[in-house]
Amino acid sequence: MEKSERSLFRLVALGVVALVIMLHPSAVPAAGAILINGAGATFPAPIYAKWFDEYHKLHSDIEINYQSLGSGAGIRQLLAGTVDFGASDAPMTDEQLSQSKVKILHFPTVLGAVVPTYNIPGVTQELKFTPEALAGIFLGTIKVWNDGSLAKANPGVKLPDSEIVVIHRSDGSGTTFVWTDYLSKVSPDWKSNVGAGPSVSWKVGLGGKGNEGVAGLIKQTPFSLGYVELVYAVQNQMAYGMVRNSAGAFVKADLNTVTHAAAAAAKSMPEDFRVSITNASGRDAYPIASFTWLLIPSTISDTSKRNALTGFLKWMLHDGQRMTGALSYAPLPREVVTKEEKAISQIH
Amino acid sequence: MADTATLPAGGTADTARVGFLNRLRSGDAIAHLLTLAFAAVILLIAGMVVVELFRSSSEARHRFGWTFFVTSGWDPVAGRFGALPFIYGTLVSSAVALIISVPIGLGAAIFLSELAPPRISDALTFVIELLAAVPSVIYGLLAVFALVPLVRDYIYPFLHGTLGFLPLFQGPTYGVGMLTAGLILAIMVVPFVISISRESLLAVPNDQREAALALGATRWESTWHVVVPYARLGIIGSIFLALARALGETMAVTMVIGNNPQIAASLFAPGYTIPAVIASEFTEATSDLHLSALVELGLVLFLLTIVVNAFARLLVLATTRRGTARP
Amino acid sequence: MSRHHWRGFINALMFGLTAICALAAVFVLFWILGFLVVNGGRSLSLSFFTQLPKPPGELGGGMANAMVGSFEIVLIASAIGVPIGFLGGTYLAEFGNGTFPFLIRYTADLLNGVPSIVMGLFAYAVVVRPMHRFSALAGGIALSVILIPTTIRTTEQFLRAVPQMLREGALALGASRWKSITTVVVPAALRGVATGILLGIGRIAGEAAPLLFTSFSNQFWSRSLAQPTASLPVMIFSYAISPYADWHRQAWAAGLVLLAVMLLLNIGARLVLSPGAPRS
Repeated sequence: MEKSERSLFRLVALGVVALVIMLHPSAVPAAGAILINGAGATFPAPIYAKWFDEYHKLHSDIEINYQSLGSGAGIRQLLAGTVDFGASDAPMTDEQLSQSKVKILHFPTVLGAVVPTYNIPGVTQELKFTPEALAGIFLGTIKVWNDGSLAKANPGVKLPDSEIVVIHRSDGSGTTFVWTDYLSKVSPDWKSNVGAGPSVSWKVGLGGKGNEGVAGLIKQTPFSLGYVELVYAVQNQMAYGMVRNSAGAFVKADLNTVTHAAAAAAKSMPEDFRVSITNASGRDAYPIASFTWLLIPSTISDTSKRNALTGFLKWMLHDGQRMTGALSYAPLPREVVTKEEKAISQIH
Repeated sequence: MADTATLPAGGTADTARVGFLNRLRSGDAIAHLLTLAFAAVILLIAGMVVVELFRSSSEARHRFGWTFFVTSGWDPVAGRFGALPFIYGTLVSSAVALIISVPIGLGAAIFLSELAPPRISDALTFVIELLAAVPSVIYGLLAVFALVPLVRDYIYPFLHGTLGFLPLFQGPTYGVGMLTAGLILAIMVVPFVISISRESLLAVPNDQREAALALGATRWESTWHVVVPYARLGIIGSIFLALARALGETMAVTMVIGNNPQIAASLFAPGYTIPAVIASEFTEATSDLHLSALVELGLVLFLLTIVVNAFARLLVLATTRRGTARP
Repeated sequence: MSRHHWRGFINALMFGLTAICALAAVFVLFWILGFLVVNGGRSLSLSFFTQLPKPPGELGGGMANAMVGSFEIVLIASAIGVPIGFLGGTYLAEFGNGTFPFLIRYTADLLNGVPSIVMGLFAYAVVVRPMHRFSALAGGIALSVILIPTTIRTTEQFLRAVPQMLREGALALGASRWKSITTVVVPAALRGVATGILLGIGRIAGEAAPLLFTSFSNQFWSRSLAQPTASLPVMIFSYAISPYADWHRQAWAAGLVLLAVMLLLNIGARLVLSPGAPRS
């Protein structure tokens, strides 16, 4: 062989060796590591990330890779079969469920709240929002911070004469569903002009990707207002306001008020766990609260994956629930936990 | 494998057959066929891309037809998809990018080809061409953390204050928006304008410059009135190449365009471009129709960049091949 | 002022402006570098290179899996793209006069200008959907489709630059076309070809758009090439648009690492491998 051919040969051989080394991990899977892929809601992403991390510490062979893309994406990827489970704060519609070859089960995981969060330079007090004000801001009829309706609800706060920069979600979002579901219940104007859904035709505002994107935009944009899941406002030390509930009281979102919002639903939880708790009755109920669900196929052919998932669900319903408070999520009501434990047996 | 071709027996049909066999034995025909096969893969890829784009977008195409391109309103929940705001956003952000980058790029190219000593010109060009290698996400980082505050705190007050009577500069600012996206796009495409324009200018024969100077023109007059027009084909080609790049830029634009599918007159308003919406919504498309509409947008982008590129290549080819524009 | 002086003034003014334009363009590179070095440099630490990402809100963690993931994906793309591009470019340079080669050349040029996100769409339809999963493989294929047209053209360019004399000399000595190509032409152009290949690889290593829905992302190590895989550019994107300050710092650090790799590749390829070679 000529010298150049020899060096070419060596180069190719090196490439082949490199490729074999790269493929080695797949040729010999690391001691039975079970990798489960999930995608979906950004609403519960912080607690899910914590859970999957903790669970991995307890079971080092189980890796649950969760990507927070938004509820819409989670449902989509689940239906397409590109992930093993989904997650959403908007329960799947009957139409979506019919698109799946396999029956999909909803498992509530935590209770969360969607809060109106804002960034107004110079205003440090907590603002109070009426349902009409929120609907007006997002419909674009209330344009400035010192609008009459906002000023009336917040006497004593010097609201600036600046335009409100509305921030909403640009992706298919369960958080958006909860927010618009609430607005549809409290504002007939909203209901007829925009409606409820994971993705709506917004009248005004900028779009952020995921709860993370919205929070990021609000932090960087003075005079902005948007809606995020409670933990995002807390973790990022962002100001968020109180909302007037159906009983007429202004409540701030916290573990207590969110748990109250679910109290009625807990007693009359439907079999498939799909329920909306926005604008719940009760003096202490926070009006924009929601369950969030893991979407799990009822038939999982891979035994190790099935056992890993059911094992995780059982852990989540007990040990996992103890971790919710630290991240500002409310744990599931006891009645719901009991019902869910029975439902896990539906996964085969 | 024979190292030498056997001499043919005589000038007959035998020769051709023997010649072919020899070529086969010596590996020539194999080499030809082998490399041809690999080269043909390109055609296969191009064909597959076109086929797949058409196939995956068929649902949207059949549902909306031509109205897709002229309606606004992007409502995944209701299943209404109109591409107009995205086409608008893509074109406007690219236009802003060109308006900013072409004068600056051409100016820099003129400096580098006409004025700077060769060594400095080469060194500076090297640095500028490195800019073309910077990944889009990194430009995105710069845009989000450095450019957005710059626009919000300095550029907006200045433009709004001085030119606020124009609808272009009215309305509030969010930091993100069409102007910010156009600015970062301008920064991203300026290296292409500079690089190709500089080469076109360098390709202009010296006697053109000298003739102008001999007639009493200043250096600048010679450059602007003689050299630049001579190189105009290449320069225009560079503009089209820059346009093609700007149309398809994804990451940096997604991070600063504001993600709002609206058509607004103000440059400070948020908007949306085709690559940005695909990047934001693709993994989250909530229905087959939604996915199909996004792929149709991708198809539009694909065809648009092909056309612009084809044009650009022709122009650049015309210059560098023949070396000059027709005077 | 006299017309003569006015023209002289314009002369000086315009050239002054063009100098400012050139300096502004150069300034941008140093702006990016400075920004990343100042902000990203502070966040570079050993843990950044060795640890996995932590859940949001928890400090620390790193991008070890993203760096390895990027390496894997680029390796797949190169393993597919470099041989095809190289051999295709050889065809165009050595046998390439006629309509078929012209067609190939033109198609390669056109594909070169197609936005990378469209290639991501293609790879999603052709790899992710049938496989029913996101994978490093899909990401690698998406990137290879971007690499091939670039590689074909640069290979052709540098092979063509080899003087015809060398080819004819080899043939005169009795070598076949094949032998003359492999033993004379390619080695003569090898430096330039390698430069072109390295620059192409550098370009795809920084791409994020085509990976968003092909290789997706992963908080853990990817155990195989058929699993979602984290990559540096995608991590930078996700972290940059998040609200967490700690993630922003990590994004800058990752940006610094990525930029450093890009610049080293580019500067190295151009200065070391082929000083004074024709640029595309």
